[in-house]
Amino acid sequence: MATSVVLAGAEPDFYHTVTKRKGILSWILTTDHKRIGILYLGTILVFFHAAVVLGFLMRLEMLKPEGALVEPQTYNTFFTLHGIIMIFLFVIPIVPAVFGNFFLPLMIGAKDVFFPRLNLFSWWLFIAGGILALTSVFLPGGAADTGWTFYVPYSIRTTTNVIPALLAAFILGFSSILTGLNFITTIHRMRAPGMTWFKMPLFVWASYATSWIQVLATPIIGITLLLVIIERLFGVGIFDPTLGGDPVLFQHMFWMYSHPAVYIIILPAMGVVSEIIPVFARRTIFGYNFIAYSSLAIAFFGSLVWAHHMFTVGMSDTGMFVFSLLTFLVSIPSAIKIFNWVATLYKGSIDLDVPLLFVLSFIVQFSIGGFTGLMLGALSVNIHVTDTYFVVGHFHYVMFGGTGFGFFAALHYWYPKMFGRMYNKGAAKIAWLLSTIGFNILYIPFLILGYAGMPRRYYHYLPQFQTLHVVATVGSWILVLGLGIMFVNLFLALRNGAKTSANPWGGETLEWTTPSPPPLENFDEIPVVTKGPYDYSKYEKAAQEVA
Amino acid sequence: MTTAAIPAHHEGHVHRDDEGSRMGMWLFLFTELILFGGMFVIYAVYRFSHPAEFELGSKELDTLVGTVNTMVLLTSSLTVAMSITAIQRGNKKFSLLLVGITIALALVFLVNKYFEWSHKFSVGLYPQSPELLSRPQGEILYFGLYFVMTGLHALHVIIGAVVLAVIMRFISRDIITKDSFVKLEAGALYWHLVDIIWIFLFPLFYLVH
Repeated sequence: MATSVVLAGAEPDFYHTVTKRKGILSWILTTDHKRIGILYLGTILVFFHAAVVLGFLMRLEMLKPEGALVEPQTYNTFFTLHGIIMIFLFVIPIVPAVFGNFFLPLMIGAKDVFFPRLNLFSWWLFIAGGILALTSVFLPGGAADTGWTFYVPYSIRTTTNVIPALLAAFILGFSSILTGLNFITTIHRMRAPGMTWFKMPLFVWASYATSWIQVLATPIIGITLLLVIIERLFGVGIFDPTLGGDPVLFQHMFWMYSHPAVYIIILPAMGVVSEIIPVFARRTIFGYNFIAYSSLAIAFFGSLVWAHHMFTVGMSDTGMFVFSLLTFLVSIPSAIKIFNWVATLYKGSIDLDVPLLFVLSFIVQFSIGGFTGLMLGALSVNIHVTDTYFVVGHFHYVMFGGTGFGFFAALHYWYPKMFGRMYNKGAAKIAWLLSTIGFNILYIPFLILGYAGMPRRYYHYLPQFQTLHVVATVGSWILVLGLGIMFVNLFLALRNGAKTSANPWGGETLEWTTPSPPPLENFDEIPVVTKGPYDYSKYEKAAQEVA
Repeated sequence: MTTAAIPAHHEGHVHRDDEGSRMGMWLFLFTELILFGGMFVIYAVYRFSHPAEFELGSKELDTLVGTVNTMVLLTSSLTVAMSITAIQRGNKKFSLLLVGITIALALVFLVNKYFEWSHKFSVGLYPQSPELLSRPQGEILYFGLYFVMTGLHALHVIIGAVVLAVIMRFISRDIITKDSFVKLEAGALYWHLVDIIWIFLFPLFYLVH
C-alpha cells in the first residue's frame, strides 16, 4: 500500500468503512462477513425475545392446575410458536450464523468467507423464513398448533396455518444448508498459510463438524416438510393413514434431521467453550486432538440415533436395542470434551471473568442435560418418562442450559471484539448469577414433575403438581430478570462502554491480532501461522518457576 | 488515499479459486441427492410394505415414453459435457450451440412429461380422484409418489434449464471464457445431477415389476 505511511493505524473499522451504498443499504446488501454476523445477531435477538415472552406466558398459565391465563387453543399455539422460533430461529442459527460468520474467517486468517454473496443470500432466506413464521400467526386460521414437531396426521388435519409454518422451516433449512456449505468451503480453501488442520482453533473444528451436519441432514427435513405441504395442498397420499400412508415413517424422517439438528445446536457452543477455557485458565488446552476428533465423532454418531425419540411408537426390539446402544455411544465424545475442559482448568491460573462464568454454567447444565439424556436413552426408563416434563426438562438443559449459555458466553467473550467496547462487568456478573439460578429453579422441577408423571404440552394438570409448577414459574421470573439485566447492560455498553484494546482477554487466536472492531479487510497482511492456537506455554513456564 | 479507504476487495472480488468453487457446487449437489434420497427411502419403505400394488401401478406407466425421456436426458448430458470441451478449446459459438441443444432437449423432456401426466389425468388417475381413491391403498401411495417424485424432478429440469439459459448469456458476454469456465462446469454438474436422479426414477417407477 503506497499510502501506508499516511494511513498507518488509521484504517477505519468495518462499521466506518466508506462503502458504495449508504445507510441501511450498506447493511442489508453487504457481503462483509462481519456485517452479516451483526445482522444475524440483531434479527435473531428479536426472535429470541419474542419466544422468551411466549415461554414466560406459558409459565404464568401453569400457575394454577385449571390454567391461569389463556384458552387451551392459545396455549397450544404458544408452545408451537415457542418451539418453532426457539429451534429454527434461535438455537440452530445463533452460534454458527452470528459468531461463525463473524469469527470463522478471522480465526483462520481469511478476509471473508468463500462465497460472500451466497452468505448474504442465506441471511435474506433467514429473514424470509422468519417473517413467514411470524405472519402465520396473524393470518386467518390462527397460528399453527401442532407443536414444533409437525407430527402427522394432525398436521394434515388441523385448520390452523400449518403451511406457512412448514414453508418457513423449509426456507430456514435452506438458509442453514447454504451457510454450512459456505463454511466447509471456507475452511478447506481459505486458511492462512501455515494453519494446518490441527492448528485450527477448536471453534473452527466445531463449526466444521456442524457444517457437515447442516449440509447432510437438513435436506431430509426439507423434503419431509415439503411432502406434508404437498399432502395438505393436493391430498396426495404419502403420510396420511387414510390413504395408506405411515405416520411413523414421518416421525423417522423428521428425526433423521431433527436429532442431528441437536448437534448442529450444541457443537458450536462446545466450540465456544473450548475457546474460552484456555484463555481464562491461561493454559494450553488439554487434549486438543481429542476435542477436535470428538466433534467429528459427535457429528457421525449423532446421525445414527434418531429413533430414540420414537421408542414408544412401535419398533422392533432389535431396532430399539440398536438405537439405545448408539445413543449411549454418542455420549462418549461429549464426555471426552467435558473431561478435557475440566482438565484444562485443573492447575490453571483461573481468571473468573464473565465469559468463564457462563462457561462454567454451561458445563454443569450441559452435564445434567447429558445425564438425563442417557436416562432417556435407556429403554426401560424411556417408556415411563416419554412425553413428560422430564423430556422437556432434559431438552431445556441441553438447549438452553447448554447452547443458550454457550451463546451468552460467546457474546460476552467476543463483545469487545465485535463492538470495540467493554460492558459493565459487575452488571454482567449479576446477570449471570440471576440467569443461572433462575434457569435451574425453572427446570429442576421439570425433571421431578416429569418423573412423577406430568405430561408435556398439557394446559391443565393434577392439583398435586401445583407446588413444583409454582416453583418453576418463580424460576422463570428470576431467569427473565437475569436476561433483562444482561441485554440492557450489553445494549447500554454499545454507546457508553469503555473503549477496549485489540486483545482485552489475552487470547492467542488470530481474531485478537486485529483491532477491535476489525477493519473491513480483517488483516493488513494475511498472517502466517507458526504455532498452535492456545500457546500459553510462557504462562505455564512462569507458573513452574514460581512453584 | 481512496484505494485505502475503499478496498477493492468487496465490490470487485478479485479473489479466484476454481477448485473451491467446484467444491461448493459438489456440496450443493450432495444436498440435492439427499433431498431426493429422502423420497427414495419413502419409496423403499412403501414398496416393501405393498409390493403387489406397486407392481400393478408400474404396469400402468408408459415404458416407451419413459425410455424416450431417458434417452433425451442422457443425450443432453452429453451435449452439456461437450460444451465444456468446446469452451476449453476456445470455440465459443459451438459451446453456445451445445448448451442451446441441451436446453432444447430439456424442453423435449418436459413436453413428453406433460403429455404423460395429462394422459394419467384423463384416465382419472390423479390425487384425490374417485378412480384412484377406489383402488387399494398401495396404488394410492404408488401414484402419489409417482406424481411427487417425477414432479419434483421436472421442477429440477426447469431450474436446470433456467440455469443453463443464464450460462448461455454468460458465454455470449464473455463472462465464461476459455480461461474461466468454472460457472459452466457448475451448471453442467447440476444438469448431470438432474440426469442421474432420472436414471434412478426411471427403473424404479417404469421398469421394476
